[in-house]
Amino acid sequence: MTTPPTSDPIVRTEHLGRVVKDKVLVEDVTFEVRTGEVLAVVGPSGSGKSSLLRLLNRLDEPTSGTVYVEGTDYRQVAPRELRRKLGLVNQRPYLFPGTVDENLQFGPRQRGESLSPESIEQLLARVGLKDYASRNVANLSGGEAQRVSVARTLANSPLVLLLDEPTSALDEASKLEVESAIQNVVHDHGLTCILVTHDTAQAARLAERALLLESGHVVRIGSVSEVLHA
Amino acid sequence: MLKLFFSNQLYLGLAQALVAALAAMVVVVLARKRGIHLERDTLIAMVRGIVQIVAVGSILLLLLRGPRWTSGLLLAGMITAAGATSARRAKGMPDAFRVSAWSIALGAGSVIALMTWLGVIDTAITSLVPVGSMLIANAMNTNGLALNRFRSDVLAHVGEIETALALGAEAKTSVSPYVQASIESSLIPAIDSIRSLGIVWIPGLMAGMLLSGARPVYAAIYQFVVLAMIFAASGLTSLVSTLLIRDRIFTPAQQLSLQPGR
Repeated sequence: MTTPPTSDPIVRTEHLGRVVKDKVLVEDVTFEVRTGEVLAVVGPSGSGKSSLLRLLNRLDEPTSGTVYVEGTDYRQVAPRELRRKLGLVNQRPYLFPGTVDENLQFGPRQRGESLSPESIEQLLARVGLKDYASRNVANLSGGEAQRVSVARTLANSPLVLLLDEPTSALDEASKLEVESAIQNVVHDHGLTCILVTHDTAQAARLAERALLLESGHVVRIGSVSEVLHA
Repeated sequence: MLKLFFSNQLYLGLAQALVAALAAMVVVVLARKRGIHLERDTLIAMVRGIVQIVAVGSILLLLLRGPRWTSGLLLAGMITAAGATSARRAKGMPDAFRVSAWSIALGAGSVIALMTWLGVIDTAITSLVPVGSMLIANAMNTNGLALNRFRSDVLAHVGEIETALALGAEAKTSVSPYVQASIESSLIPAIDSIRSLGIVWIPGLMAGMLLSGARPVYAAIYQFVVLAMIFAASGLTSLVSTLLIRDRIFTPAQQLSLQPGR
């Protein structure tokens, strides 16, 4: 079931930019994402897609502009709370040594919470990895590891899922598994999502709207068909 | 053999230094043949080392006749120089000199002060300065090892650290495995020194005490005392320096500022 977008934007950027040593990574990026919406950020390699996602998660500091999350300037929100709300999944999964269960517990434990075995199973079922909780992450395939990474971010109950090229480091079969897990998480559970991808076909499959970045600037934003086929 | 040619102790010392330096240079040449270039660093380090130690020897000669508080000045100067030396091992780390100097001052300084107060180290300049300098020098090495290891671990695990941050971890939690590994690895030489004491090596201080007529058992026990103090000073230094540098590699918004190429 897809939640229809509501009128209030959950994330809104305003003239967002980051310049490092005179190099423009992102400049004057303004857009908004509404609850339940999937926005694909597309563009060639080096266009600033990942830099934009790092700014949204505040792993990097904007040098201009800001981001509003549920109407609040994100600099007013404690970084740890902000990062829980805007959950990031990286291109590489970077799982912590140990079991799948321990990886999923990582986020909640930072707040002194713990997930029940049932919650862990539910999260794993959402990414197609039922009964994987006790497995050691060292024995997972690339696709399985990336799906654990998605489940680990979901364990924090984020408002928005930020996906940074989640399938670009995977082979074709693993890519389809991860994409199907994302479809399930995003569309069936109505989670708001910002997906960075260089794969326009993937953007068309997963997103309703797209934003085209080139040299750190927004070139077009609109429906996927408007942006990708203009 | 050298004693056959030199009756004057000063000339004998210079000849011994030259021969020892030649042995070191042979290693440098061997390393060069394998494509490892140590020439510049080794040469500069050796020239600096001999000049510094002779200078300190001369200053000690003067201080021996001076008031006892001058040893405090000398040790403070040594801590500053140690801070500058080991900060060079932490290139690219923010505030490396201040972190190193404070850590050595706290680590070695507090052990020297406490042990002098308790009477473990004699307050005479001839005892306080050499023993204190041993603690400072070892704290300096440990500090350099800890910062170097921490820097390379962080740079090699940026992805893991930022993943932990992105999952809502505190900055200190995200680097805690690397803090721990840095402290542990920096203390390996100090632990190995205690472990192999008497079996693999008889340290210089004990040899010196034996030569100056101390009873062998007391000289042996005191050597253990010195190594235990070295461990305490090094451990405290490494603990303080990694914790101080840990807080400096993050911005107030808990962003990792130590990044490759930045």
